[in-house]
Amino acid sequence: MDFSELFKLSGLLGKFSPDGKCLASCVQYRLIIRDVNTLQILQLYTCLDQIQYIEWSSDSLFILCAMYKRGIVQVWSLEQPDWHCKIDEGSAGLVASCWSPDGRHILNTTEFHLRITVWSLCTKSVSYIKYPKACQQGIAFTKDGRYMAVAERRDCKDFVSLFVCSNWQLLRHFDTETQDLFGIEWAPNGCVLAVWDTCLEYKILLYSLDGRLLSTYQAYEWSLGIKSIAWSPSSQFLAIGSYDEKVRILNHVTWKKITEFEHPATVTNTKTIVYKEVEKSPSVETERFSFPPTRALASSVFSTQSKYDISQVPVSFQYIKPVADRANPKMGIGMLAFSPDNCFLATKNDNIPNAVWIWDIQKLKLFVVLEQLCAIQSFQWDPRQPRLAVCTGNSKVYLWSPAGCVSVQVPTEGDFQIVSLCWHPSGDSMALLRLCTSERLSFLSE
Amino acid sequence: MGDWKTVTVPALSSDSKNIFQYTSEKKISSPDMNSQVLRLPLPSSKSMHSFFSAFCTEENIEQSISYLNRELTTLGFPSIYAESKGKELNLISIINCMNELLVLQHKNLRAQEEVEMQHLKLGSDMDHLQNCYAKLKEQLELSKREIVGLQERDRQLQSKNRNLHQLLKNEKDEVQKLQNIISSRATQYNHDMKRKEREYNKLKERLHQLVMNKKDKKIAMEVLNYVGRADGKRGAWRTDKTEARNEEQMYKVLLNDYEQRQKQLLLENAELKKVLQQMKKEIISLLPPQKQKPKERSEDGPVLSDLEEDIGELNKENMWELSCETVREQLTNSIRKQWRMLKNHVEKLDNQVSRVHSGTLNDKDVISREDHELETEKLELEIQQCKEMIKTQQQLLQQQLMSPCDDDTTLLLQDCYLLEERERLQEEWRLFQEQKKNFEKERRSFTEAAIRLGLERKAFEEDRGAWLKQQFLTSDQDNRVVNSMSQQRKPHCMLSGPISAESCQTSQYISHNSFNAALKKPAGDSKPNQWEESDKEETE
Repeated sequence: MDFSELFKLSGLLGKFSPDGKCLASCVQYRLIIRDVNTLQILQLYTCLDQIQYIEWSSDSLFILCAMYKRGIVQVWSLEQPDWHCKIDEGSAGLVASCWSPDGRHILNTTEFHLRITVWSLCTKSVSYIKYPKACQQGIAFTKDGRYMAVAERRDCKDFVSLFVCSNWQLLRHFDTETQDLFGIEWAPNGCVLAVWDTCLEYKILLYSLDGRLLSTYQAYEWSLGIKSIAWSPSSQFLAIGSYDEKVRILNHVTWKKITEFEHPATVTNTKTIVYKEVEKSPSVETERFSFPPTRALASSVFSTQSKYDISQVPVSFQYIKPVADRANPKMGIGMLAFSPDNCFLATKNDNIPNAVWIWDIQKLKLFVVLEQLCAIQSFQWDPRQPRLAVCTGNSKVYLWSPAGCVSVQVPTEGDFQIVSLCWHPSGDSMALLRLCTSERLSFLSE
Repeated sequence: MGDWKTVTVPALSSDSKNIFQYTSEKKISSPDMNSQVLRLPLPSSKSMHSFFSAFCTEENIEQSISYLNRELTTLGFPSIYAESKGKELNLISIINCMNELLVLQHKNLRAQEEVEMQHLKLGSDMDHLQNCYAKLKEQLELSKREIVGLQERDRQLQSKNRNLHQLLKNEKDEVQKLQNIISSRATQYNHDMKRKEREYNKLKERLHQLVMNKKDKKIAMEVLNYVGRADGKRGAWRTDKTEARNEEQMYKVLLNDYEQRQKQLLLENAELKKVLQQMKKEIISLLPPQKQKPKERSEDGPVLSDLEEDIGELNKENMWELSCETVREQLTNSIRKQWRMLKNHVEKLDNQVSRVHSGTLNDKDVISREDHELETEKLELEIQQCKEMIKTQQQLLQQQLMSPCDDDTTLLLQDCYLLEERERLQEEWRLFQEQKKNFEKERRSFTEAAIRLGLERKAFEEDRGAWLKQQFLTSDQDNRVVNSMSQQRKPHCMLSGPISAESCQTSQYISHNSFNAALKKPAGDSKPNQWEESDKEETE
């Protein structure tokens, strides 16, 4: 495993291009495009203001940079560095911006979620979508990029509009039986749309592409409901993580629950493997100190190695009960992700912040639990194989695969607190990001 | 007599000493009545002297004597004068009087002592009683005070209880009120939220209008040159046709998805059906060949034919891969039936194995079918009966356990049950004895029959031997033979009659054997053949 040097970065914006050739990162108002293999700077663009958001277009030819404070979106071309495009929302303001799946339209959400403006790079047309819903996931594109679902709210009722992305024609418009729609997400096969309600009410509705309600699922009433959902890559399963620390899996044939995954504080099943991260105290050879201290020596002194031990079942985890009188408590299943081969599901229970739970979907049982020393910040599956990368805010990245588990130390000077990571589309390398006074990016490749 | 001084009164009242002295004074004074000098040998005070001399002096002797006389006579003593009149004193009467007076005095003293004793006793009793009384009074006081205290406490506690009840009621009322308040506030909040949202929407509309109206040059897109579309084609106008095409496209996508799913399900179905067919074939192969035992239970008969039909049908069906409901049902039903048959078969095998192990199979390998069936039926009946008995027993047991434990009734009940049981057992015992007797009789009769049979057989043998001899001796005289034949035939027939009747009671097997053995002996002759046939006819 090779580590690259650190690159300066701001705002946690480091993104691989969809074709995997380039890596875009931004520093303040500059956008830097690097080659993935050599990490040489290919292009350097300067924007008008501090960049808050960057996104590659689907064909990797364009990249948009959004500056919310100024209300400007600038688009740069990789083929033609001289080409430029600036979209100014002016007094309308800007809160979100994204590409359309064909890579030629930009959807800007204005301030107060007044409207979504669809700017076209091919024609001079502009489209508006009124009354978008101000929620976490209000816009969803199908995987094949043909349809777009937009959540709307009119007259204190929630609606969903389906648009055809090729000409932005309204295909369907229907109301949903939700109190306060929280999010929408397409199934990977593009035929089913999952719509779920606010956490005050556990309700998830499944709509077909033509707007028919296929099924409703409500696990319980009154207590806090859905926190996160994830579709399996084959669209066979829909995993729903809720505030009661359980994941419920629905199947695509009957849309009924086939199983429930519990995340108790004590694991007693003997067939579960529990990997526990333990610290290895570094061995420092005091005689061999040299002045000035070499970088390797410095890192080894200040960093603690860690390795994984297999704990004997039953194992108890550190359980945190959050304060009851605050909104959005840190409890329940906060992170859910299916592996790309549909065999595993990785979950995180916010009540047990140090553990990642990996479930075997073929057997519908708990397979592995990774117990870390610090709280989990994020995890992501390799896009090609069942390999999970976990970061916990220290200078190590942890990799798990069915073959085993390994903890990798990032060789840096001082501390490198990794808070986010993202895989290269080919699964060969990974970008690690840390949050600090001056953000940095480290590049890991195999 | 006014001379004598009244001195008796003051001294007598309190001073016992004085009294004593006075009495002794009286003793002494009487014998010296004749002498004028009164000798007083008493260590007495001057008052005593004065006292003694106070009553009788030299001057009033006669007066004092008459006084004494008077007193004595009033007291019931005889007069001390010799005569009724006169001054001569009767000494004897005086002495008697004095004695009497002394005795009286003693008596009085004793009485006095007694009285004093009693007085003391009573005094002490009274003291004691007074003490007791005082103590009891104290106790009474104490208990009264205690009662008062307890009453006071009771009252306090009751008042506290009432207060607490009141508090509880108040709290409950408060809770109810708060709950009502909460629900009302919730509705209020909902209402307010809706109102605010409407207001907010209005603001949005307003703002939207403003933004749209301004037509800012600010809101614009600056682009160097327009980029071509991703797919290279030109953009199309939005018309109804495009709408229709969009719909079509959407439905195509949906249909595609459904078709894919259906294909997958079909594949799965086909696989499962294959597996079921395999299972069926294997089960059939495991089951023993059914056709050898035509007398199986009636259920299996039609099943067999169904099976074969099913196999034929489904094999055909497989090729066409139809999946209509009836075929599915047939398949599952046939598999179920076969599985049941397999299960029965396995159970039978198990039973056989267990029977072989316990060694109940005799050397008679050929247990006739009817016997087997009879036995199984009997066993089944027995099982039924046992089950029923167990059920009734269980019920009774439950009843016993459930019923209230009233000792007497339970004892009675138990007794009743015991009596019942005993009677039943006695009945059964009687029946059993009868049966035993019957069996004994039968056995005896059988043995007798066997003995008789043996004897008769011997006789028959002898006769036959004689007849053969005769035949040989009179071989040329056919007529005589015929005659003797006809003569001898009848008695043999008669002989064999009762034998056959009795042999029917014994097992056919034995009769078969014995007669076969008997008939094997004669040599191949036409006449003996006739015998054989006739015998066979009679026995069958």
